[in-house]
Amino acid sequence: MRYLQQEHVMKRMNKRLVWNRVWKGVFIAATSFALLALAILLYRILSQGMGYLNFDFLTNFASRIPENAGIKAALVGSLCLMAVVAPVSIILGVSTAIYLEEYAKKNKLNDFIRMNISNLAGVPSIVFGLLGLTIFVRMLGMGKSILAAGLTMSLLILPVIIVAAQEAIRAVPKDQREASYGMGATKWQTIIRVVIPAAIPGILTGSILALSRAIGETAPLVVIGIPVILQFLPTGMLDTFTALPMQIFDWAKRPQEEFQYVASAGIIVLMAVLIFMNSIAVFIRNKFQKRY
Amino acid sequence: MVQILEKQQPTSPIIQLNEQSTVMESKGFNLWYGEHHALKDINLAMNENEVTAIIGPSGCGKSTYIKALNRMVELVPIVRTNGEVNYRGRNIFEKGYEVEELRTKVGMVFQKPNPFPKSIYDNIAYGPRIHGIKNKKILDEIVEKSLCGAAIWDEVKDRLNQNAYGLSGGQQQRICIARCLAIEPDVILMDEPTSALDPISTLKVEELVQEMKENYSIVIVTHNMQQAARISDKTAFFLNGEVIEFDQTDTIFSTPSDQRTEDYISGRFG
Ligand SMILES: Nc1ncnc2c1ncn2[C@@H]1O[C@H](COP(=O)(O)OP(=O)(O)OP(=O)(O)O)[C@@H](O)[C@H]1O
Ligand SMILES: [Mg+2]
Repeated sequence: MRYLQQEHVMKRMNKRLVWNRVWKGVFIAATSFALLALAILLYRILSQGMGYLNFDFLTNFASRIPENAGIKAALVGSLCLMAVVAPVSIILGVSTAIYLEEYAKKNKLNDFIRMNISNLAGVPSIVFGLLGLTIFVRMLGMGKSILAAGLTMSLLILPVIIVAAQEAIRAVPKDQREASYGMGATKWQTIIRVVIPAAIPGILTGSILALSRAIGETAPLVVIGIPVILQFLPTGMLDTFTALPMQIFDWAKRPQEEFQYVASAGIIVLMAVLIFMNSIAVFIRNKFQKRY
Repeated sequence: MVQILEKQQPTSPIIQLNEQSTVMESKGFNLWYGEHHALKDINLAMNENEVTAIIGPSGCGKSTYIKALNRMVELVPIVRTNGEVNYRGRNIFEKGYEVEELRTKVGMVFQKPNPFPKSIYDNIAYGPRIHGIKNKKILDEIVEKSLCGAAIWDEVKDRLNQNAYGLSGGQQQRICIARCLAIEPDVILMDEPTSALDPISTLKVEELVQEMKENYSIVIVTHNMQQAARISDKTAFFLNGEVIEFDQTDTIFSTPSDQRTEDYISGRFG
């Protein structure tokens, strides 16, 4: 006796094909929805902000007159912030991921640590702001400086980088490690010559996403008490500063309509910085991409 | 000549080999994966410039045993061992024996070709480099010598800078053998090196093994009875984590002393 009867199979065929098409439609609709929202957002920001975006906007300090308002202090401030966040968070994050994946023994304590790192990624940013205020600004006496804010932001994105790096390291095939160990390589040599090069694309993708989050994050800066209106540039890591999202937020909450357009121009600058960072990630990823 | 000096139990014969010197031998070696007793009282001796084949049904512990010989089993955290595995007279499991030192002497070729996603040149130079050789001229020589030794120099000499992943499976496996030769090992362990290869590549690897035994001692795991018969000098038959029989390959395949060996070799095995 046959289990599959041809007539039955044929009768169900149409139904299956219809469902197949329905689901395809559902997924296309979901994607279109997201794309549409994005398009509206972009259109609004570009149409409002483009008029105010010019060279002066990039080189002027903040001003009470919308036409004279510029983003110089915030742009430089955000870049300085990244100069602290990027090295600190990537070095700490990748090192932690290497320890957890390659060195840490499988036991209850380490499982607990692993689980809690993922949980930390979900803690609201304002909580990290409070932590930074207590430890870096007050206890270590760094004040409202680039360093204090940078270290706070690093803590904020550290869990994301650790988790991304762990996943990238775990995805390196076991046989690659075996090949290296089999030739008498030490653990360190295996990590630096085999594991990290293979994991770099994944690590970078995660890191850049995390950095993009840090550059757009406002709450921790508000908690730390970063000023909004600054008429000078920072000269060192212990100077105070302002950042793009702070500046944009300040403009957006002003009553004058013109400042809304200035805010849009600020958002365009912020997005340009993000696109620039992402293209670096894509470039490095393509350079290192290896197939197995 | 081989002499059977003593035969304690029928399940674990100890075969002492006189004229040729023993490179590796295990004495009363046991291994557990957690609670699972995977290798039971293994007594085997492998000779210099010989090919020792390990055969047996799936899951009998062949890979486990060959990986114990260069302590690769230790990558599995739940592994416990006792007894001895001696390499040139020294127990490799003794405290203070560095695995890195052992593995430069006892190289390994894996079942699935596993080149690095690097150029052919960098694959071969990996071993020498980790051992501190930086001189480009010396590296060049090692790469050529190793690739010749693995009978693949002519096929790849014009594309040493291409990614090793662009090669066929059989070529990749010979690259892996060359990579192993580049650390100038004393013993080469091969775990089913031809199981992923087509008949022609298999033949090339088999010929290679025959040539290599001039300079190396080889331990090879294989599922292919004809292969064991063709290329090995001695054969060990494993069953459920025990050595059932270990003897000259000719003897094993013509007049095995254990019924189970005979059943397995003649394909009458469950
Ligand atoms: N990492 C591991 N953890 C737990 N048990 C294992 C592990 N690796 C192997 N084993 C067990 O040890 C026994 C021997 O396995 P091994 O891989 O050595 O068999 P094998 O003879 O090489 O088989 P095959 O011919 O299929 O490769 C099996 O029962 C297997 O289930
Ligand atoms: Mg196996």
